[in-house]
Amino acid sequence: MRVAVGAGSCGYAAGAQKVFDAIKALDLPDCKLEIVGCVGMCYLEPIVDVYNDKGELARYTHVQPDDVAAIFSDEGADDKLILAEDEEILNTQVRIVLRNCGIINPERIEDYVEVGGYEAFKKCVQEMSPEDVIDEIKASGLRGRGGAGFPAWFKWNAARRSPGEDKYMVCNADEGDPGAFMDRSILEGDPHALIEGMLIGAYAMGAKTGIIYVRAEYPLAIKRLEIAIKQAREAGFIGKNIMGIEGLDFDLWIKAGAGAFVCGEETALIASLEGERGMPRLKPPFPAERGYFANPTNINNVETLANVPFILRNGAKAFTQYGTEKSPGTKIFALTGKINKGGLVEIPMGMPLRDVIFKIGGGIQNNRTFKAVQMGGPSGGCIPASLLDTPVDYEHIVQTGAIVGSGGMVVMDETTCMVEMARFFLDFTCRESCGKCTYCRVGTKRILEILERITTGKGKETDIDLLLELCKKVSEGSLCGLGQTAPNPVLTTIRYFRDEYEDHIKNGTCTAKQCTALIAYTINDNCIGCTACARACPVSAISGKVKNKHEIDQEACIRCGQCITTCRFNAIDVS
Amino acid sequence: MGCCQDHRDEIREDIDLQLLDPVLDEYKGVRGSVIPVLQKTQDIYGYLPRASLSYIAEKLGEKEAKIYGVATFYAQFRMEPIGEHLIMLCQGTACHVNGADRIQMAIEEELKIKDGETTEDGKFTLMIMACLGCCSLAPVMMIGEETYAKLTPESTVKILRDLRNRDHKEVPE
Ligand SMILES: Cc1cc2nc3c(=O)[nH]c(=O)nc-3n(C[C@H](O)[C@H](O)[C@H](O)COP(=O)(O)O)c2cc1C
Ligand code: SF4
Ligand code: FES
Repeated sequence: MRVAVGAGSCGYAAGAQKVFDAIKALDLPDCKLEIVGCVGMCYLEPIVDVYNDKGELARYTHVQPDDVAAIFSDEGADDKLILAEDEEILNTQVRIVLRNCGIINPERIEDYVEVGGYEAFKKCVQEMSPEDVIDEIKASGLRGRGGAGFPAWFKWNAARRSPGEDKYMVCNADEGDPGAFMDRSILEGDPHALIEGMLIGAYAMGAKTGIIYVRAEYPLAIKRLEIAIKQAREAGFIGKNIMGIEGLDFDLWIKAGAGAFVCGEETALIASLEGERGMPRLKPPFPAERGYFANPTNINNVETLANVPFILRNGAKAFTQYGTEKSPGTKIFALTGKINKGGLVEIPMGMPLRDVIFKIGGGIQNNRTFKAVQMGGPSGGCIPASLLDTPVDYEHIVQTGAIVGSGGMVVMDETTCMVEMARFFLDFTCRESCGKCTYCRVGTKRILEILERITTGKGKETDIDLLLELCKKVSEGSLCGLGQTAPNPVLTTIRYFRDEYEDHIKNGTCTAKQCTALIAYTINDNCIGCTACARACPVSAISGKVKNKHEIDQEACIRCGQCITTCRFNAIDVS
Repeated sequence: MGCCQDHRDEIREDIDLQLLDPVLDEYKGVRGSVIPVLQKTQDIYGYLPRASLSYIAEKLGEKEAKIYGVATFYAQFRMEPIGEHLIMLCQGTACHVNGADRIQMAIEEELKIKDGETTEDGKFTLMIMACLGCCSLAPVMMIGEETYAKLTPESTVKILRDLRNRDHKEVPE
């Protein structure tokens, strides 16, 4: 029997360690107990997979330490088994990048090798020339998954042709978009797939050094990568004369980021690797010509590289059979926000947005209505319900004003205020601007001030036009993608939810009842005087005798909504 | 200002700069190593003491202004000591949409501190982050190595109080 506990960051956050310890304490005979990465169904964590000796899987979900004894008893714990509808979610996906996540032990290279790991790399160096490798990637149509969707082969080829002996293969694992976590999951669940992808890329472009730039906020990912690199070194995939081939050298190390969103931009990332402030610079020269310490450098995203071993092993056709002509293959999306089944899903490009959110994501929490989905993070935009039939691929999503980006999908319902959402993103980009360009540094601040004014009921009639004008200037007057795309959340919310802006400005009301300056909480006659709300209120703004109707002191109220959550009698109104 | 200055000097006196020597030896001559050196410095002291920046500049042969420039650019680096428990509250998009504001209010009310501040007893420091990578379990916070998911204002307050009580028990007065 093999028992695997889902132990990604998400699993641990849900309590996987305690579950693991509880199983260990049972000291089961003939049981191989181990950790695996995240299978993507974060809403079901902690997950325990039990494989019997025939290799058949029984998957238990929401497992608590107390459940463990029952699972391994003779009676079993069928009530903890995964539901058919949840299992179905896995079946609707096409898992290329995530094929091993949640299945193999990420801390053992043997497990990766057993499922065909490093075969692709061996095939490349033994049977293919670097040009052949590039041609295969070209035939696969693989596009960068880090945001821009740039063809991977083109960058590899440019770096290959660029003169210079000392070339670098860099992996961008900075994953800055708040709300996206597929890169983390790959690093934690299948780190060897990334290493193999980097090895192949390095072989194709002639790089002898690789660097993985990981966000500092991902300590577990860094730990698993360190283990994986050590094992790959011991197995002879990293080092000198790899696999006995004279002159085939590759060294690989990790560099931890230090918390700056802009360092996800490739030229800023290079500056950061060089130990400088992470400020972007003008392109050209492109990194392929002048990158890390002026050497030819290629930068790819984690997911891009994790696709590479699959393509080389199975051929480009195996990849292009999925997805659309211009966006072949699959893409991982992070479903979060007001969605029922939040987690990571890998789908063929071109699937309608509606299917992703309703079929796979299980629709909206608490039976509320879908309002919009934010795609592409702070550089992207909101897509409204009317466009739910848009196919999810690079071309179609751009037409809506959003971008595929790194694949974050933050779902919002009618309780999310779109003006406040735009304010939230501008607050982020304004803080993360590196300050080099005036339009980005000052412009985002001015946009933010206007949005703050609108969300606090002090908006002016001319504000929407002023916003549109400023947005245009900021995107035109900025050097890097951060500034160029910062206005997108504002532009898309004005485009699709202009009436909400107008409500704030003209009527002083927040449609979603979220902007605290524009709402008031009051208690209605349903109140039976149970005192629950008065006890819950963090600022003691609610008073009243037991069994008498209570009242809220509007001056003291901070509109945190605590009373609404607490009240069981529907006695609190928001206006 | 005066008292602030004194306070700083006091901190400065406590710093044993020699703790940095192994780190500086390790990175001597390695180009582009300012960031890892600062990260290890912060691991040692919990923050970046002023004196350490001058010391690093001297040893790495860099201008102090450059070291300071790098240290202030990145959000990870702190120039002030932090409390015993560092609360990293996520205000990333997913957490924001799922009500992280209310969690922040609850923490601020309970501990009477705001973003970047430390409680008077030196127990807790609050830092607002932009995504911890557990977005589907939003809202999320990390305290030390531990991640807490699907927070509600009540569960948050309970976590903080439990931590405080546990500390009390561990250090009987
Ligand atoms: C402000 C900004 C932030 C970015 N953040 C990331 C990131 O976190 N991860 C990433 O892979 N790419 C990020 N990118 C895109 C990179 O610049 C680059 O296009 C990408 O890493 C290239 O890899 P790919 O071709 O494999 O997608 C960012 C770009 C900008 C402008
Ligand atoms: S657009 Fe903004 S983030 Fe990008 S270089 Fe200019 S100031 Fe820096
Ligand atoms: S947005 Fe909070 S963990 Fe990602």
